Amino acid sequence: MNAKTLIPLALFAVLVGFLAVGLRLDPHEVPSPLVNKPAPAFKIAQLEQPDAQFSPDDLKGKVWVLNVWASWCVACRQEHPVLMAFARAKVAPLIGLDYKDQRKDAMGVLKRAGNPYDLTAFDGDGRVGIDYGVYGVPESYVIDKAGVIRYKHIGPITEDALQQTIIPLINELKKS
Amino acid sequence: MKYFYALLLALLACTGAIAKEASPLAADPLVEQRLVVISEELRCLVCQNESLAGSRADLAMDLRRELRTLIKQGKTDTEIKEFMVSRYGDFVLYRPPVKPTTWLLWIGPFALMLAGVVALFVYLRRRNADIKEMGPAGLTDEERKRAEALLQEGDA
Repeated sequence: MNAKTLIPLALFAVLVGFLAVGLRLDPHEVPSPLVNKPAPAFKIAQLEQPDAQFSPDDLKGKVWVLNVWASWCVACRQEHPVLMAFARAKVAPLIGLDYKDQRKDAMGVLKRAGNPYDLTAFDGDGRVGIDYGVYGVPESYVIDKAGVIRYKHIGPITEDALQQTIIPLINELKKS
Repeated sequence: MKYFYALLLALLACTGAIAKEASPLAADPLVEQRLVVISEELRCLVCQNESLAGSRADLAMDLRRELRTLIKQGKTDTEIKEFMVSRYGDFVLYRPPVKPTTWLLWIGPFALMLAGVVALFVYLRRRNADIKEMGPAGLTDEERKRAEALLQEGDA
């Protein structure tokens, strides 16, 4: 066998390599341009207390997590126990953003399954979601002391992602 | 006759419902026209192979609502695209911008074609040289004698 006959085989191996990597990529995970940019400002009513409002400015000086969820979102239910564990660990404030939902339904879910959030903001028409580039709930953002988004997690947070990425990042950000 | 009126009434009720549903389209045809032109160029992030204009996903409807507002505010196409890119990244554009990270995307196919043409050219020239060197049909003297012998056999 000479070198020339190996060329097609080598090309084929390269093609297989590309395809193998491609199979592992999730086309639904679009890198967010908002990472390392200031978190978009908003001021909207809270879920449980419609008279009270929430704005990201309220948490300036703290590292916190914004979790976008909804009562109609199936993957959010899968994520829920992980968020409960995160809340129990008391690593950082966890703020919910109830996206395109009905107050009654959302509060029903929190009552039944437990409420991991320090506070939930109610984004009924999804306008805040659009500013945050939300295209599929659940999505989570880690926001630093200066109010800059440092990390975005698309899809349900897994136990692994929480322990290996999110909590270490929060601890790192707390030091600065 | 009573049934006829009831039927007529039912039909009228239906048309009323249809007219109401279509009202946002008729609201301002100029805005809608621009909306379609712009959103044809934008990707719906929920069903990624559909344009924002064609998608019936909830998010696409919300985004069209936002774009409608922007159009009414008199924003330019560039500003509207910037609105989308700042939230969802270049991925929303069906025509990605030319910049260092997309050079491979834009130039890659042409570079591949050029490489192919060069390879073909080199191969053909080399083959030509081989043919010239070995004589017609690229046979050695011995092979040519054998071929002639076979051909004569066939004639006989």
